[in-house]
Amino acid sequence: MKCFIGIDLGSTTTKAILMDENKDVLGRGITNSRSNYDTAAAVSKQEAYIDSRFTLLRRELEQSQSGMVDIDAFLRDLERNFRREQFMEQLQDLRRTCLEFATAARFKDKEAAVREALDEIFRRVADQAGALFQPGAERKSDFFRDIAGSFYLAVAGEVCKQANLPFDQVIAVYDKAIIEVENRPPTADLKGKIVRGLENLLTEAGEDRMSSASMQQAVDRALAVELEESYVIGTGYGRVRLPFSKEHIRSEILCHGLGAHIMYHGTRTVLDIGGQDTKAIQVDANGIVQNFQMNDRCAAGCGRYLGYIADEMKIGLHELGPMALKAKKQVKINSTCTVFAGAELRDRLALGEDRADILGGLHRSIILRAMSIIARSGGITDQFTFTGGVAKNQAAVNALRELVDENYGKVTININPDSIYTGSLGAATFAYRAVMEH
Amino acid sequence: MTTVATKKIDLREAQKDQSMEKQKEMIAGNFTRLARAPQTGEKVSYTFVPGNINELVMCFDMVGNFPEINALQMGMRKKSGNFIFDAERAGHSEDVCTYVKTDLGMVYNGNIGPTGERLPEPDILLLSYTGCFTFLKWFELLRHQYKCPTVMLHVPYQGGGKITENMRKYVVKQLKEEVIPTLERISGVKFDIDRLREYLRESARAEDDLVWVLQTARHKPSPIDAYFGGVYYVGPIFSAFRGTRDATEYYRLLRAEIQARIDAGLGPVTPEGNMGEEKYRLVVEGPPNYTNLREFWKMFYDDGAVVVASSYTKVGGVYDFGFRHDPEHPLESLADYCLGCYTNMNLPQRVDMLVNYINDYEADGLLINSIKSCNSFSAGQLLMMREVEKRTGKPAAFVETDLVDPRYFSAANVKNRLESYFQMVDQKRRAA
Repeated sequence: MKCFIGIDLGSTTTKAILMDENKDVLGRGITNSRSNYDTAAAVSKQEAYIDSRFTLLRRELEQSQSGMVDIDAFLRDLERNFRREQFMEQLQDLRRTCLEFATAARFKDKEAAVREALDEIFRRVADQAGALFQPGAERKSDFFRDIAGSFYLAVAGEVCKQANLPFDQVIAVYDKAIIEVENRPPTADLKGKIVRGLENLLTEAGEDRMSSASMQQAVDRALAVELEESYVIGTGYGRVRLPFSKEHIRSEILCHGLGAHIMYHGTRTVLDIGGQDTKAIQVDANGIVQNFQMNDRCAAGCGRYLGYIADEMKIGLHELGPMALKAKKQVKINSTCTVFAGAELRDRLALGEDRADILGGLHRSIILRAMSIIARSGGITDQFTFTGGVAKNQAAVNALRELVDENYGKVTININPDSIYTGSLGAATFAYRAVMEH
Repeated sequence: MTTVATKKIDLREAQKDQSMEKQKEMIAGNFTRLARAPQTGEKVSYTFVPGNINELVMCFDMVGNFPEINALQMGMRKKSGNFIFDAERAGHSEDVCTYVKTDLGMVYNGNIGPTGERLPEPDILLLSYTGCFTFLKWFELLRHQYKCPTVMLHVPYQGGGKITENMRKYVVKQLKEEVIPTLERISGVKFDIDRLREYLRESARAEDDLVWVLQTARHKPSPIDAYFGGVYYVGPIFSAFRGTRDATEYYRLLRAEIQARIDAGLGPVTPEGNMGEEKYRLVVEGPPNYTNLREFWKMFYDDGAVVVASSYTKVGGVYDFGFRHDPEHPLESLADYCLGCYTNMNLPQRVDMLVNYINDYEADGLLINSIKSCNSFSAGQLLMMREVEKRTGKPAAFVETDLVDPRYFSAANVKNRLESYFQMVDQKRRAA
C-alpha cells in the first residue's frame, strides 16, 4: 500500500507519522533529536514503520477471528519482546564500538584489562537491562541512550573498582561510543526482529494463549503487506538539515496548523509550546493558516525554560507539573528571562515561599507569555487547540484554562494525548496531498 | 545565438554599472567635500533624511552631513556593533534608537565616516523634521557634544489625515522667520529665491524618474526589487543630492537601465545576479535591517520573492501620489514635502497606502519588518497589519529585526517566519 510520511524535527525530539491511503494514521515514531538530524529522522521514521506493522497486525488479528481473547495484551507482549530484540542488537553494537575505542593508544599496557572489563560491563548491562523487558516491567524511557547509559554508569563503577581501572576513562569510552552508535542509521531488519520477538514470546508464554499456527499466519500477513513510501515531508526547526529537496519541506507553522485541524476540525486557534519556541496560529475552516506569531529573540516560556527551572530545583522535568499542582496560593513571577526567573525563584525560596507555590507561579508566567503571543496573532477563536510537549504538563494546562477563561470566556480547549505528533501529522497530510490530490 | 545573448547581457551589465558607479562617485564626492570643509571653509549642516530641505541648504553653499546615513553605512560595513557598545558604555540604554547610538559611538571614536575620512564638526544642526521625536533628542545630544547652533523646523503631525492650509502656513512662517535667517547668518550668504526655484525644478525632474522606476514594479515580472533594490535607488534623492544635476543624471541612467530590463523581460538584479522566477510579490512595511542586509535579501530572492512596493522608500518623501517640488511655490512645496513624509502620516493614511500598493501592484500580501529600536515606525504596526489583511483579503506576516544592531538579527528566526509566510501564501493561492 502507498504510504505517506511526515517528520517533525524538533529541538528536543523528532517525531514521525506514517499515513495510509485512507488518510488513517498507521504508525507513530519518536526519538531524541541528537546532534544528528539525519539519524534522528531515520530513527523516527523507522519507529513509525514499526508502529505501523503493529497496527497492521492488530487489524489482521481483529479480522481473522483467530479466537484471541486479548489482542491488546498480546500486542503489548509482542512489542515488549520486539523491543528487547532491538535493544540487545543495539547493545551489541555499543559493545563492539566500545571495544574498538579501547585501544592500546588510549590505555597503554592496560588494554587487555579494559577489554575484559568492558566485556564484564556489557554482560551485566545485558542481564540487568533484560529485566526491563520482562512482563509488567516499566521503562522510564524508550530511548536507547537513556537505558544503556544509566545501566552502564551503574555497573561500570563496580567493575572498574574490582579491576583497578580508571573509572573516568572507561566512562569516556562509553561517551565516545554512544555518539557513534546513536548516530548510526538503524539496521533494516525489522521483520526479522518481529519474528524473533514472536518466537521469544511463544517460549515465554507457552502456546496456550492461542494456536501458534493461526497467530503465525496473522503475523506473516501483517509482515507481508508492502509499505510503499510514496512521499515524505519534513518540518520543524531542523528541516533544512533534512536530506530532502525543497518541495519535501514545509514550515512547522503550516504543519502545526494543519495537524491541529486534522485532529479537531473545529480548530481556529492553535497554541504550540515546544522546546524552544512558542507559536500561536490562526487557521480557517480548512486548516489553512491565516496568521501566526512566534516568540522572538528569546525562548523564555518554552519547554527549555521548564527544563532549566527543573535543573535549578534539582528535580526531574516530569516532576515539575505535579509539584506545581500542589500550589495553595499564587506566587507572582515577573521575570521574562529564563535566567532571571531562576534568580527570582531562589529569591522566593530564600524568603520562605513554598516550592509548590513558586512553581505554580512559574507555570502561570509561562502561560502569560504565551497569551501575549496569542493576542498578537489575533486572539483566541473557538475552538482552541493546545499542542507541544508543554501540553502534557497539567499545571501548565490548568493555568492556560484559567487565563483563557479570564480573557476570552467560554472556549472549547482541545488537548490531544498525541499532541506531540501534531506537526508530523500535518506534514504527513501534506505528503498525502502531494501525491493523492495533485 | 549564444554569443549574441552573452553580448546583450554584457551591455546590460555595463549599463547597470553606470548608475551604480554614478551613485558611488556622488556619495564619495560628498564625503570628501565634508572631509575637506575645514580647509575649504565650506559650512557644514547636519540634518536628517525625512523632511530634509536640501534645496534650501544648497542655496547657502552649505554641505550636508546625514547622521542616519552614516549609521546605516556603518551597519552595512559591520561597524555599528562596536559603536553601539561604546554608546551604551557612555550611558545610553539598550532600548535607544540604534541609529543614534551608532552615530554617537562614531563621534566618540573620532567621527571617522564610512569612507574612512574624518567628518567635520557641524556649523549648524538643522532639525527640519519632527515626524520622529527621537530626532529632537538626537540633536540635543549632538548640540551638547558640539556646542553649535541649532535650528528647528516644527512639522505638525498629520493626525487628521491631511495637510491643512494652517499647517502649511505654519511651516512656511518658520522657514521665513527662523530657518532662512539662521542659515543666512551661519553661511554669510544671502537667500535667493530664484536659486531655490532652480534647484526645485531639478528636484522635480529626478522625482519624475524615481517614481517611474518605482512604479515599474507593476510589471510582471517586476524588473526591480522595490525594497532591497529600492534602498539603493532612493539613496541620492533622500540625501545631499536632491535638487542637483547629478541626481537628475543618476535617475536618468537608472531609468534607462530599468527600461532595458523590462525590454529583456528580466526580473530584479540581486547580489548574485539576475533573480530567478518571480513566485511571490510582496509589499513591505518598515525599514530593512542593515547589518545583515544581503543575508536578509537572500532569504527573499532564494524563494522567488520580490518586493513590489515598500513604505520605507517613502520615508524621505512620498512622490508616487502626485506630489512634486514646485518652483512656482517654493516654500509651500518644501512645507508640503516635509508634512508629507511617510512617518508623518497617521495610521489610517499608512493603511490606505499599503492597501493601495497591494491592489495596484497585484501583490500577494504584506510583510512587516518591525524594528526593535524604532518606535516611530513600529507603534501601531500590528493594528495596521490586521486592517490591511481585512481590507485586501491577502495574508500578512510579521518579522522582527533592527536597523543596525547586529544583536537583533536572528537569521534562523527570520528565515523560519519568512518561509512559513511564503508557504502560507502558496496554501492560500491553492485554496482560492
